[in-house]
Amino acid sequence: MPDKLHNQEESSLNLNSFLTLIKDKSNSFFIDVANVIEYLQTVLRNLFTKTFEFQEFLKQCYQIGNKSVGLISITGIIVGLVLTIQSRPALVEFGAVAMLPGMVAISIIREMGPVITALICAGKIGSSMGAELGSMRVTEQIDAMEVSNTNPINFLIIPRVLAATVMIPILTLYADAIGIFGSWLGINLKDNVSLDLFINQAFAQVEFIDVFPAVIKTFFFGAVIGLVGCYKGYNAGRGTESVGIAANSAVVTASLLLIIVDLIAVQITDLF
Amino acid sequence: MEKKANNVLIGINDLKKSFGDQKVLDGINLELHDNENLVVLGKSGSGKSVLIKCIVSLLKHDEGSIKVGEYELTDINEEDLIEVRKKIGFLFQSAALYDSMTVRENLTFALSRLKEGFSEEEMNNKIVEALENVGMPDSIDKMPSELSGGMKKRIGLARTLVVNPDIILYDEPTTGLDPVTSHEISNLINDTKGKFKNSSIIITHDINCVKTVADRIAMIKDGKVYKVGSLEAFINDDDSYIQSFFK
Ligand SMILES: Nc1ncnc2c1ncn2[C@@H]1O[C@H](COP(=O)(O)OP(=O)(O)OP(=O)(O)O)[C@@H](O)[C@H]1O
Ligand SMILES: [Mg+2]
Repeated sequence: MPDKLHNQEESSLNLNSFLTLIKDKSNSFFIDVANVIEYLQTVLRNLFTKTFEFQEFLKQCYQIGNKSVGLISITGIIVGLVLTIQSRPALVEFGAVAMLPGMVAISIIREMGPVITALICAGKIGSSMGAELGSMRVTEQIDAMEVSNTNPINFLIIPRVLAATVMIPILTLYADAIGIFGSWLGINLKDNVSLDLFINQAFAQVEFIDVFPAVIKTFFFGAVIGLVGCYKGYNAGRGTESVGIAANSAVVTASLLLIIVDLIAVQITDLF
Repeated sequence: MEKKANNVLIGINDLKKSFGDQKVLDGINLELHDNENLVVLGKSGSGKSVLIKCIVSLLKHDEGSIKVGEYELTDINEEDLIEVRKKIGFLFQSAALYDSMTVRENLTFALSRLKEGFSEEEMNNKIVEALENVGMPDSIDKMPSELSGGMKKRIGLARTLVVNPDIILYDEPTTGLDPVTSHEISNLINDTKGKFKNSSIIITHDINCVKTVADRIAMIKDGKVYKVGSLEAFINDDDSYIQSFFK
């Protein structure tokens, strides 16, 4: 049947083009990663040899906090609530409901808090850095800075990267706290536990090894978000459409890279 | 630097610049003399903006040489480049105002980073004066997004002139302005030259502006300098390509 033959050919063609697509995409991702690492070298060289724009750094810290704190509050509380409601039946079955606060606290502190905060910030902060710097590039504002005797890496990039590196850990701790509070709300849907008792139960099981690596990795998350956002915006192309492309690919590349960094962090933590 | 008549401030020799396969500048030879207004004419896309961006090293040229004062821009080091950029003011075709700053902050940024040792009050006076010169004293506390295209252009001009540089590169200073303001800006370019004895390269398509400001004209065609000469020489030239600009 000629019709069927034709169909088969088409589907193998589709599979091929799908594979090529994946190959191209992953290629461009690795090229991106290599470029971001090269960019990091430039940023570090400038950080240690040029004057630091402290005013800009504070401004960026404020903006990062201000932009994302609302979203992080809502997501944090919902994650805590949902985790608690979902885990409860399983624990009830084993008669271990008393473990619920500790278990939820550990999963929030070790994984949910850092990763969710980082992904939200990749969407919110990474994209806005990509768009803002991209439009500064397209409208020649970065060039104007350069001829005004101002190194754009110093004035624009370093404050943003450092602000993200400092603020993401702070926002994560905040998200952890909100998430644990959400968990308390979740428990109180069925039981009646005072906040005091809940916190005692939760932190009885949390150990230093749960907290420390989680905090360390958030610094890396922050650096990734800042660097990728700045890299994409700073190197935007010439037309107006480059601004959208920069913002979009900042989010995509940063999110993917965050997950990979998380995987590496988990592997390293596992060694101890 | 001592100023003599016909002292060469910028010397461009056999300058070449390509983007990929596209040859934009293909052997430009040009000089800017002391205290003169040099107008650069050429069709859209002929590489005029690329040429002046090479002069401030925003774009690196491929071949040839550019000398600004005693500095050669090919392989210039960072300290020397700072000295070159302190001498040169640059008006961008797109005005390039900093979106996140008010008009006052835009001017303060340029002034504080290019000139040292002004008190707060001196800076303020200079900024107000520069804005008055371009007819926009009321916009001092506005954001760029609140301004029209022509207004942005004038603020961009004020930001360039407030620093009072030795050499000014104007990329289409009167494009997008009404005839009255265009005329005022052309006069401002002349006044600045008369008062501060600086030199300028002016890219423009506005023939009235050319007639007001030009001491010399250079026309660019196919990546080369097609003709250099005085305004009269251009107006009296029979060449149809040249005439098409002056009609
Ligand atoms: N950074 C760049 N990357 C790639 N191509 C560029 C770049 N800058 C300019 N070009 C190309 O160089 C050519 C000359 O551009 P340029 O902006 O100098 O023209 P122009 O003479 O100033 O024109 P107009 O009068 O329209 O401003 C154009 O074809 C442009 O696309
Ligand atoms: Mg141009």
